[in-house]
Amino acid sequence: MAILLSLQGAIGQGILWGIMALGIYLTFRILDIADLSVDGSFATGGAVCAVALVAGVHPLVAIILATLAGFLAGFITGFLHTKCQMPAILAGILTQLALYSINLRIMGKSNIPLLQSSTLFKDLANVIPLTSQWITICIGLVFSFIVVAGIYWFLGTEFGSCLRATGNNENMVRANGVNTDTMKLFGLMLSNGLVAMSGALVTQQQSVADVKMGTGAIVIGLASIVIGEVIFGKKAGFKLRLTSIVVGSIIYRMIVAIVLQMGLNTDDLKLLTALIVAIALTVPVIIDKKKRLTMYKKLTGKEFENHA
Amino acid sequence: MLKLEKVSKSFHVGTPNEKCVINKLDLELKQGDFVTVIGGNGAGKSTLLNLIAGVYPIDCGIMTLDGQDISLSPEYQRAKFIGRVFQDPMMGTASDMQIIENLAMAARRGQKRSLHWGVTKKEKEEYYEIVKALGLGLEDRLTTKVGLLSGGQRQALTLLMATLNKPKLLLLDEHTAALDPATSTKVLTLTKQIVTEQHLTAMMVTHNMKDAIDIGNRLIMMYDGRIIYDVQGEEKKQLTVNDLLKKFEEAIGEEFVNDRMLLG
Repeated sequence: MAILLSLQGAIGQGILWGIMALGIYLTFRILDIADLSVDGSFATGGAVCAVALVAGVHPLVAIILATLAGFLAGFITGFLHTKCQMPAILAGILTQLALYSINLRIMGKSNIPLLQSSTLFKDLANVIPLTSQWITICIGLVFSFIVVAGIYWFLGTEFGSCLRATGNNENMVRANGVNTDTMKLFGLMLSNGLVAMSGALVTQQQSVADVKMGTGAIVIGLASIVIGEVIFGKKAGFKLRLTSIVVGSIIYRMIVAIVLQMGLNTDDLKLLTALIVAIALTVPVIIDKKKRLTMYKKLTGKEFENHA
Repeated sequence: MLKLEKVSKSFHVGTPNEKCVINKLDLELKQGDFVTVIGGNGAGKSTLLNLIAGVYPIDCGIMTLDGQDISLSPEYQRAKFIGRVFQDPMMGTASDMQIIENLAMAARRGQKRSLHWGVTKKEKEEYYEIVKALGLGLEDRLTTKVGLLSGGQRQALTLLMATLNKPKLLLLDEHTAALDPATSTKVLTLTKQIVTEQHLTAMMVTHNMKDAIDIGNRLIMMYDGRIIYDVQGEEKKQLTVNDLLKKFEEAIGEEFVNDRMLLG
């Protein structure tokens, strides 16, 4: 029973964190940039949201403010990467480092509990008689549906097409009269905005914001993306690919819930996450190799049988 | 329409490898000129095209296009007026995107990108006809990812993209060099056809001297970052490959020039 309950909790967590994974997908897969600033911007989202809630701001407005703060964080990474011509990894690391101090400044301390403040989750629980797990799932689904639909629409527009092409062939994009720096800057802003939105939702759900809440977020996001890819395949249609990321995020949370139930020490969680990502990235390579070898044996065997 | 005055470019400045690739080069193109550019490796042909396109900034000199100074404007802004096809078939298209998406992006060259759909319904029909005219059988595969096409198909597509939204200037940087002879001929024929039909001003770098003589109305030969021979009109039509080799000898003052120096 305990495991069922924790799995239910894992689904809700997975959906909320899935929005962060969608943001990371924009940079990691669409723009082909590994943006490490998300560890910071996730916590920034939480911090801004918590401070706003304590000040009595409506929970929805708090989420919007957090998202805007994420845009700003992404802008800084984008500025360092494009205008200052730093490698994307370094730009991300610098922003992440700077955000740690900034997040502490925003909150004024290392964590803010939200026991007294109203949150989306508490508000909904007052209206609908559901367990907190179900409420998390419902709110998560609404937000992730909006985000998935929004990304799907956006990447189909003229602007979005250029964003996709920038991650594919910058040279071609410039030759067609588009400033690739603007595209990268915008992509990074959008990505970090979604990450911060996810941070704000997680903060409201847990009723606490912590300066360390974003640690390892990038790896969790990558885990969600690659788990989704392993399950649905890289060639799936675009809507399915976006959905697969949220599903990947849920599966990641379920794996974590199960191993914790089995008695894993929470200190070992980061190690486990790293292992999941490493395994999920390696499995397709091994499967591919095996397939090729089987195919070779089969085809070669056939050829020589025929000739014999 | 395109005018270059005393344009220079050096690479690796301040290192022992410093090399002046384009040396105080003057060039003026008239509206409708179709110029072929020849010269040995390292003569600066590709660099010249890249400087005009704005891939690298020039060190000094003035470059104007239709009277507008473009000496310092970035690559993406010049792309408004300049269509390009590259030597590497991978460079001109986005391989993970569909043929139609690539075309739609090229059709908007020089325009502001909005939040309207990247490919409209009307365009889908238009492109079907345009691609059909290529005669490559791609019109039924418009939603295929470009990465699945052959090099020749990609070059033909890039050429189409570069001219879909009529450019003031078309730059072709050895765009058939990576193709097999049959495909190369096909793409070249298509090039001639498009340039003639649209009355484009174009520059084409080639290593094939016969093509350089046969195609276009003007030929320039480059050596060591300078233009050493510039011929047009009737005079160009009378040229033979041997004439070109002789010109090359004269210009660099060496006798043991063979065609390999020019072709190589």
